[in-house]
Amino acid sequence: MKKRLVLFTGILLILTMIVTGCFSPTVKAGDENAGSTKKKILRANNGSEPGSLDPALAQGTHESWVLENVFEGLMTFDENGKLVEGMAESYEVSEDGTTYIFILRNGITWTNGDPITAEDFEYSWKRALAPETAGNYASILYYIRGAKSYNAGEGSADDVLVTALDKKTLEVTLETPIAYFLELTAFYTYFPVNKNVAEKNPNWAKDPATYVSNGPFKLVEWKHNDKIVLEKNKNYYNARKIKLDGIDLDILEDQNTAWQKYRGGEYDLLVDVPASVINQLKQESNPELEIGLQIGTYYYNINPNVQPFNNPKVRKGLSIAIDRKTIVEQVTQGGQIPAVGIIPPGMEDENGDDFRKSVGDLIKYDTEEAKKLFDEGLAEEGMTIEKFNDSNFVILYNTAESQKKIAQAIQEMWRELFGIKIGLENVDFQTKLNREQSGDYQVSRSGWMVDFMDPVAFLDLWCSDSAFNDAKYNNPKYDELIKEAKSTNDQNVRMAAMKEAEIILMEAMPIIPIYFYTQPYTVKSNVSGIFKVPIRYPVITYADLNE
Amino acid sequence: MSKYILKRLLLSIITIWAIITITFVLMNAIPGNPFANENRKIPENIYENLMKKYGLDKPKTEQYITYLKNIAKFDFGKSMRSDTETVNEMISRGFPVSAVLGFEALLISLIFGPTLGVIAALYRNKAPDYISMIISIIGVSVPGFLMGTFLIQFVATKFDCIPIGGWGGFRHTILPSITLAMMPLAQISRLMRSGMLEVLNQDYLKTARSKGLAGSVIIMKHAVRNAILPIVSILGTTISNLLTGSFVIEKIFGIPGIGMFFINSVFNRDYTLIMGVTVFYSIVLIITMLLVDIAYTLIDPRIRLTKGGH
Repeated sequence: MKKRLVLFTGILLILTMIVTGCFSPTVKAGDENAGSTKKKILRANNGSEPGSLDPALAQGTHESWVLENVFEGLMTFDENGKLVEGMAESYEVSEDGTTYIFILRNGITWTNGDPITAEDFEYSWKRALAPETAGNYASILYYIRGAKSYNAGEGSADDVLVTALDKKTLEVTLETPIAYFLELTAFYTYFPVNKNVAEKNPNWAKDPATYVSNGPFKLVEWKHNDKIVLEKNKNYYNARKIKLDGIDLDILEDQNTAWQKYRGGEYDLLVDVPASVINQLKQESNPELEIGLQIGTYYYNINPNVQPFNNPKVRKGLSIAIDRKTIVEQVTQGGQIPAVGIIPPGMEDENGDDFRKSVGDLIKYDTEEAKKLFDEGLAEEGMTIEKFNDSNFVILYNTAESQKKIAQAIQEMWRELFGIKIGLENVDFQTKLNREQSGDYQVSRSGWMVDFMDPVAFLDLWCSDSAFNDAKYNNPKYDELIKEAKSTNDQNVRMAAMKEAEIILMEAMPIIPIYFYTQPYTVKSNVSGIFKVPIRYPVITYADLNE
Repeated sequence: MSKYILKRLLLSIITIWAIITITFVLMNAIPGNPFANENRKIPENIYENLMKKYGLDKPKTEQYITYLKNIAKFDFGKSMRSDTETVNEMISRGFPVSAVLGFEALLISLIFGPTLGVIAALYRNKAPDYISMIISIIGVSVPGFLMGTFLIQFVATKFDCIPIGGWGGFRHTILPSITLAMMPLAQISRLMRSGMLEVLNQDYLKTARSKGLAGSVIIMKHAVRNAILPIVSILGTTISNLLTGSFVIEKIFGIPGIGMFFINSVFNRDYTLIMGVTVFYSIVLIITMLLVDIAYTLIDPRIRLTKGGH
């Protein structure tokens, strides 16, 4: 009797689940917009929960994608991806390139109705630099004179040379003339916050109810680890250019689930597409797939303090022995570009040409030359293949299937060509960073993405005094060239120095570039106006949904 | 009984203190720091500002004492990776979500687990036994991420009424709770089966049969009641595991629970969150264990919690 009862209740329960699940009056997220209101809501996935939506504390793409839509800096990107005046109506640069005067637009307001003033900017930048704010990205403000010493607790806020001359005029003095400062003012750490609001309520950025911003959209809902809802800001000075009524961003970490949701029509755009899917979409030339440019390089560090890796011939031999085309086509499959130098394509030189193209290919796959260089180098170090193999060298990488596959491919390429044995070791990324810093590795995988479009953002890394120079490259000539590139805004001089520096670097090969990152994303065919600015996530601000 | 509970509570406090101490030592022993970023390295002085902001520049003993003091007040502090929520807020937001899923999964496994086990035992080496065996093997051996992906692929994308992922209403809980229930369901059904087989051969069942009692009465009143004891003993850990969420399942289905904090906090070296979820989990575990021990005495009158506590 009782057994039957248990069975019966069980079946009943399952039935209830199915029935309530299927016939409950709630509608799917996607249908909400299909109703009579016909609101244009773009639906996408933000990937991870933002750590903070305060521009001074934000530290990555999970924050910046939201911030770039709810805030706007002095400069911004227009609907064609061109850098144009944003909050600033105009600007002037002094002859020596170190002083900028920005004049703000008339009638611009915060989402709470307050006027936006030059003081807001002065306050925001100093706030982002204050040591007690402990902004993770404060270093991007270091170009401003006095900024670094204030952030390091050595100077005072008054010594930071950003000054509101009056309500509409902002004066900024830089440490050195930098060619890309205007672009930096479009970066999220440079976004203004409302001085009155932030001073009165330090927790303003934690709750949509108290959240005040100045961009094309405003934050209306933030369910942690669940979703973020943005709504068009009708008071935005350029509101007529904004076609969307709102943006719904899911916070869903799993790539595959997100892909299923995109495929099922629950998203209009998907940025983090699984690699296997990209490959499939590419093969069927699916028009929804876009391979966006991303300014970043994936490379291997080589420890120069370990014999025989101290020998440039060994390093170069190892580098040109890698068949990068096979790696991007067969292993990574995400549309990456084989690396032919350290600077990825997309950056302009003094003539407006692509920096990468004008320097040319500095790495050419050549197994014969590789073998010759490697054997010579090994002999110069008094080593044999046997001794190399007995040394138990490893490629160190952070635990991830994608990293492992690349390391395996390279391990095999080296084994086949040189007959060397090199092991694989995976650790979590924190441990890897730790071991790189302490020099406890032979070969380690690394990568670098930049925040502004200038080759120096890469080349600076291998200056002997750079804190991030894990490959411990040290060449006074190289240091000199980078210093030159950083001290003037004469593009002819700068670019010539940087081109030479890249050639020198690739001659010494302290690191082995493998491929240039790309950012594949998929967009439904009824969505227009989404485009990619190299250092940003796809820009959705000007998107439109068509019938 | 109350004396016993009081003793257990005292013991719990000591246990939690030991857990805090071990966690503190371990999390400080692993390399890395909460501010490291995979794609971007931060300059030294910014790192120092961050260390200062979160009190990590203080000596370890001082940090340890601060932790202890705050935890005594149930204040787990600020998360080092989120400027938006404190650890307390994260737990109080995530736990109800994970608990709802866990409760549904518990219900499913408690209904179907014993049922399958009993059926398997009664039809030993016959078709029902094999079917229940197959279900159990799938439950134990198919990992959650596979089961979850499979359900999304073949159920959620086929039926409009079942969402692919996310959190909203009851519909959103169906697939994740089934996925979550598979493992305990399988364990329970196997335990139930072996328990039943052992009990079915006992003399007192023969006696019951010879007394002419109906088959169902014998099974329910005499057999199941005895066979269920091993299940009760694993329920403590099962319940606390289910209630505190699963990293894999929450990630796959995009569920804002606390399951993902357990892995992510360690991965990010978010020290305060590591401590918060560890202590929280310990408390949940200790409470369920206590409840299970009490439940024992109710099911089996032979078991006494205290010596001579008749």
